[in-house]
Amino acid sequence: MTAPAREAGERDAAGANVSPGPTSTSDLFFTFNRLALQGFGGVLAVAQRELVERKGWLSREEFVEMLALSQVLPGPNVVNLGLMLGDRFFGLKGAFAAVAGMLAVPLVIVLALTAAYAEYARLAVVSGALRGMGAVAAGLIIATAIRLMATLGSNRLGPPLAAAFAVLTFVAIVWLRWPLIWVVAGLGTTAVAIAYARTP
Amino acid sequence: MSAMLHPALSGADLLGLFGHFLVLSLLAIGGAITTAPDMHRYVVAEHHWISDAQFSASIAIAQAAPGPNVLFVAVIGWNVAGPIGALATMAGTMLPSTALTLIATRWGQRRRDTRFVRAFKTGLTPLTIGLLVATGWLLARPYVDFSARGIGAIALIVVSIALMLRTRVSPMWLVALGAVVGALGWA
Repeated sequence: MTAPAREAGERDAAGANVSPGPTSTSDLFFTFNRLALQGFGGVLAVAQRELVERKGWLSREEFVEMLALSQVLPGPNVVNLGLMLGDRFFGLKGAFAAVAGMLAVPLVIVLALTAAYAEYARLAVVSGALRGMGAVAAGLIIATAIRLMATLGSNRLGPPLAAAFAVLTFVAIVWLRWPLIWVVAGLGTTAVAIAYARTP
Repeated sequence: MSAMLHPALSGADLLGLFGHFLVLSLLAIGGAITTAPDMHRYVVAEHHWISDAQFSASIAIAQAAPGPNVLFVAVIGWNVAGPIGALATMAGTMLPSTALTLIATRWGQRRRDTRFVRAFKTGLTPLTIGLLVATGWLLARPYVDFSARGIGAIALIVVSIALMLRTRVSPMWLVALGAVVGALGWA
């Protein structure tokens, strides 16, 4: 599975930083390690910035497509994203290099923090800091979503319909509290069917 | 030392824990966090291995620490049964979804120019974006109200969004800012 990552037709029209991809499995390991260690409050925001804007391994469109797949498939989204990206460039070895890079060091850190937190949880300073970090983490996710909204402009559904599906998804999850599986089965199937009809 | 606080889990309990997370892995559409309510049901409500507060703190710690949020699963396992518990929950969570993702991604990659795979990606992209906004919203909601701290949290969220979109500052610094503002009691 070392198929070339992209072909001419898939290029980012906006001309974001483009590179042929990681040079080796250790490049993958260290890139994912780096982005995971910057990923306080979740890795997604950093992953978008590192893989698309900085490294140019994926265009925005490729990133959002890969993210779409990793959200539909069960499992942690960024881990799935790492598996897919690693597998695309270096096969199984690449997939495991990306995920190992993403998990190994953070796992040690988070377990050390867990042990420490048991000691200091009662301190208002500590619980306050956790609150503040949580609020920022929410903001980072929303900012990532806003940045990826640009890709709806070139969506084959057409921008108004694509935006409508995004809004409906939000409403279904946040207001109607639908289980995700219903959202994917209902809205997802409809959107894919329309896209299929409009795909040459 | 905190190992002593862990309830002693029998081999059968550990296997049960592993098996439960194994099943949840395949149900975790939209990310591991979507199965948190069911993990809560199993380890808190049903087996009383950890308390409600420990469960919530497990998620908060994993979010505050660097790395993927899925590590909250390891923290829950650790709180339940120490290192072996972390191994049980983490392996259970990772193995099935990893295998499925690799199989599906290869299947899709071979057929990526077919009409169906292209339509599949096109159709799901808007859902992904809606889902991301919803995740941000749900993460933000516990902090947002009209108390002074709630307004501080809103300000923190707005500032994070603006700086992420307008500057190239690393998200790490924004989280550090959040920690300081929160520690001072302003958010």
